[in-house]
Amino acid sequence: MYWSAFIVFLILFVLVTVLGFYAARWHHGDMDLIEEWGLAGRRFGTFVTWFLLGGDLYTAYTFIAVPALVYGAGAFGFFAVPYTIVVFPIMYIVMPRLWRVSKQRNYVTAADFVRGRFDSSLLALAVAVTGILATMPYIALQLTGIQAVLTAMGLSGHGLMKDLPLIIAFVILAAYTYTSGLRAPALTAILKDLLIYVTVIVACIAIPMQLGGYGHIFHVAAAALPAKKGSLILSPKLFSAFATLALGSAFALLLYPHAVTGSLGAKSGRTIQRNAALLPLYSLALTFIALLGYMAIAAGIHTTDTNLVVPLLFLKTLPTWFAGFAFGAIAIGALVPAAIMAIAAANLFTRNIYREYFAAKTGRNREAQVAKIVGMIVIIGALFFIVVIPLQYAIYFQTLGGIWILQTVPAIMFGLYTRWFHRWALLLGWLVGMVVGTGMAAAESFKTSLYPLHFGHSVILAYAGIWAIIANIVVTVVLSLIFNGMRVSNGQDDTAAEDYTTEPVEGAAAR
Amino acid sequence: MQIHSKTGWYWLFLLPFIGTLWPPLFASYRPTLAGFPFMYWYLILWIFLVAILSGIIYFIDTH
Repeated sequence: MYWSAFIVFLILFVLVTVLGFYAARWHHGDMDLIEEWGLAGRRFGTFVTWFLLGGDLYTAYTFIAVPALVYGAGAFGFFAVPYTIVVFPIMYIVMPRLWRVSKQRNYVTAADFVRGRFDSSLLALAVAVTGILATMPYIALQLTGIQAVLTAMGLSGHGLMKDLPLIIAFVILAAYTYTSGLRAPALTAILKDLLIYVTVIVACIAIPMQLGGYGHIFHVAAAALPAKKGSLILSPKLFSAFATLALGSAFALLLYPHAVTGSLGAKSGRTIQRNAALLPLYSLALTFIALLGYMAIAAGIHTTDTNLVVPLLFLKTLPTWFAGFAFGAIAIGALVPAAIMAIAAANLFTRNIYREYFAAKTGRNREAQVAKIVGMIVIIGALFFIVVIPLQYAIYFQTLGGIWILQTVPAIMFGLYTRWFHRWALLLGWLVGMVVGTGMAAAESFKTSLYPLHFGHSVILAYAGIWAIIANIVVTVVLSLIFNGMRVSNGQDDTAAEDYTTEPVEGAAAR
Repeated sequence: MQIHSKTGWYWLFLLPFIGTLWPPLFASYRPTLAGFPFMYWYLILWIFLVAILSGIIYFIDTH
């Protein structure tokens, strides 16, 4: 048991709890409205949005899983770098349009937009269910980040005692998410990222100094990786897998409900665009976090539980109290996105399932009340997921989640630009994409998201999500041609062309 | 307020896609820089380039 590490960790955890509850008073708003609870009144400026989206997109799971992949596979794990580079141009172009139309029409979720645009509650349901299904295992995986640092600090019991620290952490999380809504992760994200940046800067200077510099670290990794069937430089047979995984992940990332919620919480489309230029700083941090995988190899860390690679490296190379500081950063890095994800899933459930199918005349107060309760249920559900079901299943589900989310690209992203696609074609295209993607992952026993497709004598190894979205788009285009040709009704568009380009006047007081 | 983005410039955003998603461009060890193999410092360089590119396009958009 590393007591000094644990005490620092505990102090940080108490601090974040206080901030989480205090957040309810921040930028005072009527918490009985879903737009206040679930989007913080769409009032966050560039600074807060930067932390919120950063806390959202770079999670504790990322900090644990990316170096773990690099530790085991080498260069392939660095697909995360192009992934988090190309995501920003997509964000710059697409997300402000979604923000503007949502502001004009009071949409809270991407499924709200799809419903208004295509006049199809069924297509909206497909988008909402996809979002919720993909988010649940993602929240569960955040827990593994906390679990990893607790295990490394020597905090391991048996039976209920083993899970008790996790249960306490998540009950506190559920409570302040209930009272503070999106304000809680926004405020705690600021603390989280300050801790993360300090950790990354210290680790990436201090550890290489001990290990003989980056050049030496790369040399040792290059020599050690072939034994693990990895390589320091990407091998040509992985080129297509590397590129498609990066591209598909980038498109999927922005359509995850928590990314949509984080974006819609901004106060203008321009705020999102400014962030597209400023967020790459996180990609830089992520690159150095990925390099921790090589540092672990050079430091002689040997473990079969690759989730422990980073915690063990910190304990071996940094002062114990500072390792505790870093562990606090990782744990808080799990709580921030978990809260945003729970809120996003709650918004989806309330707006696109509950209101649509169970209580059409729900008043706005009732809507917020339902969302708060669902948010709690989602967090408790994720906790249940991780305590009861083997971790491996959460990872499988998360892999599938990315493939699934990608299938909502035509309805949401294409829908922001054109209504040429037919609503029934979009729905059937989505269905084909879901089946193809899931089928390919199942064929690989869910162990990888890569699938080798045979074309005559050649084989192309690529991200299953990309194969699925190709099938999805082909079906959507062909059926749109047919349905539009047969003049099948495509419903009423609830949005107008100028909704996508109307920006609030800069500097105007927040609503 | 209606905004009029100069969307023609958005085509420049294709550059990071080509630059980072075409591994034959960067999957090599040499030349190294400060101990970093080419693949690694090349991708880090692109992080700065995409931030600068977004900043420039934002400037064009708003002026």
